[in-house]
Amino acid sequence: MSSSRDTVFASVRRALGVNSKEAPRRQEVADRIAGHPRGLVPARAQLPQAERIALFRDMVIAAAASIDHLPSTDDVPAAVAAYLRSRNLPMTILRGADPRLGALPWEREPTLDVWIGASDGRQLAGLSHAFAGVAESGTLVMLSGPDNPSTLNLLPDHHLVVVQADDVAADYESVWTRIRDRYGAGVMPRTVNWITGPSRSADIEQTLLLGAHGPRSLHVLLVGQTTA
Amino acid sequence: MSVQITSPRFKDNAKKALADAPLQAALSKVGPGFIGRRAAAAEKLPEFEALRDSARDIKNHTLAHLDLYLERFEEKVTAAGGHVHFAVDAAEARDIVTRICRDLGARTVTKGKSMISEEIGLNDHLDAAGIEPVETDLGEYLIQIRGEAPSHIIAPAIHLNKEQVEADFRRVHDHLAPERNLSEPTALLAEARGELRQKFLMADVGITGANFLVAETGTSIIVTNEGNGDLTQTLPQAHIVLASLEKLVPTLEDVSQLLRVLARSATGQEMSVYTTFSTGPRRSEDVDGPAAYHVVILDNGRSAMLAGQLREMLRCIRCGACMNHCPVYHAVGGHAYGWVYPGPMGAVLTPSLIGIEKGANLPNASTFCGRCEEVCPVRIPLPKLMRHWREKEFERHLTPAPQRFGLGVWAFFAKRGWLYRPATRLAMGALALAGRSKGRFSSLPLAGGWTSHREFPAPQGGTFQAQWRARKAAEAEKRAARTPEAAR
Repeated sequence: MSSSRDTVFASVRRALGVNSKEAPRRQEVADRIAGHPRGLVPARAQLPQAERIALFRDMVIAAAASIDHLPSTDDVPAAVAAYLRSRNLPMTILRGADPRLGALPWEREPTLDVWIGASDGRQLAGLSHAFAGVAESGTLVMLSGPDNPSTLNLLPDHHLVVVQADDVAADYESVWTRIRDRYGAGVMPRTVNWITGPSRSADIEQTLLLGAHGPRSLHVLLVGQTTA
Repeated sequence: MSVQITSPRFKDNAKKALADAPLQAALSKVGPGFIGRRAAAAEKLPEFEALRDSARDIKNHTLAHLDLYLERFEEKVTAAGGHVHFAVDAAEARDIVTRICRDLGARTVTKGKSMISEEIGLNDHLDAAGIEPVETDLGEYLIQIRGEAPSHIIAPAIHLNKEQVEADFRRVHDHLAPERNLSEPTALLAEARGELRQKFLMADVGITGANFLVAETGTSIIVTNEGNGDLTQTLPQAHIVLASLEKLVPTLEDVSQLLRVLARSATGQEMSVYTTFSTGPRRSEDVDGPAAYHVVILDNGRSAMLAGQLREMLRCIRCGACMNHCPVYHAVGGHAYGWVYPGPMGAVLTPSLIGIEKGANLPNASTFCGRCEEVCPVRIPLPKLMRHWREKEFERHLTPAPQRFGLGVWAFFAKRGWLYRPATRLAMGALALAGRSKGRFSSLPLAGGWTSHREFPAPQGGTFQAQWRARKAAEAEKRAARTPEAAR
């Protein structure tokens, strides 16, 4: 097995005319990775926070998702219950162990059953807490782990996602900075999911249809006022 | 299916495609849909053109340092608890995947869309090993149940209509009620969702491709709209990533630049629905995710491309914009190209990977109109690279004898202007005279290849050279007339 590895590397080096030991080349690569320079970041989302939030909202809707803007996290249980009721769904939702979701006043919605864990495909609705939102494209950034299992992003028909207004970044690059701050340089959680709207396919005669394999509906619960 | 090469029969394939009415109906929708959506998305982002430059530069930098980025990627995957396997060729890649599946005792494998899987003919190989491969991208599923190869790199079943899909579903899903209504695409999608949901949940191994590999973090990335690739890699006990060498990019910032041009160029979306970054297997505290994570990195002829001008082709991010804008692809569809990669990118890549002997027809299947290069998000000079292959073909005496003879005759005249000019004037005059009543020819000696498919217009005016001289002379006269005024 190591011989195929050697063959591939030898072939790459021969074609490039290098031996991989050149100090300037190694330095250039080390600098690029350590410095991870931002390239060209579109001006679109480089806005004061209130306008950035408004852009996020517009982009979420443009991606065929729906969005509620709630004054406080305490309003989430009522918003979840209202969503399920409006779609004639059973009053049951599955969420991860995220303490931010655990701290919500679920007791205010006595008819709502809230379960905790990963999805096995039998739940109609799942609730997650996003790590961030990206205003540029209305994208939600989800991190895997027991707090917000990846299966919740994909298996339930309806995916509800809480995102804090303060966590809505202008661009993807700002989110990478936050992920490095949390996990360290060069380290990632097992899965980072960017989600922009509900699942779709245009594979039959190029007719765009929602609800291919993932959620048929994506509902964003944007929480809190901007602090800036 | 996919390893069957019919590229040497391109002309026959094209003839059949042109006479295939349902195919022509399906192809008529390719241009109008994709071209307008891409243009609108590009229009909406003022930085789009500059981002294409940025994307090109990132890929150029990575390819020039590919040995070092591969080393770094391997290190980081290993540190995250995953495994990297290098495969020199298709056979080795197939064997690696089969061995991993066998070691896990796998019986069913779900698959996200992967062109590398098509390139190495993985499904037939898994089948032969007693492992059932299930394609989960709707388009790939459709062609799998039909035993076909993809006809487009991002829309594999673009050659089919919904009546064909309905017939296939009734044939394959024979456990469902025969009287069910499948006349609408929504019903077809719902049925596929139901059937494949079971497969997702019971699969032992999930195999996906990779749109990018990030050296900084040892991360593989897939981009989907359906969520199928994401389910494929999340639910089974092992995730195998199939990628080729040139998928590497240095950092997360770099890949963000490339993602900004990928979806816009491909489908005209601001961003695809799911962009999933995977790094290693399930962590100890995780409640879901695969317990094993393997990345198979395939060379299969690509490292050799790094040496010459074909290196530019390795920038390709497989958006499909070149084929979406190609008049030849619009006319004959993807299957005519006879291997895995169709359209302009296939016309350059196929000869590189299977050899010019088998792939020579493809770089000739172009009018060099240049639309492909105009829309390529990483600015690959596709016409220039097709010309490179035409030259190689000629140098290696692969060009058919009549064509070589014709080129020889033309070159004889072209090198002798005193002979070329009167000869073309004479030929043109004769053609203009012969065609003056209808203005066109429906048959013409020595031009049967052209006139059997379309009419040949009768020439009008002078020869190109004569017109050019006249135009230059007129311009010079105009300049001379203007100069005294300007001097005042």
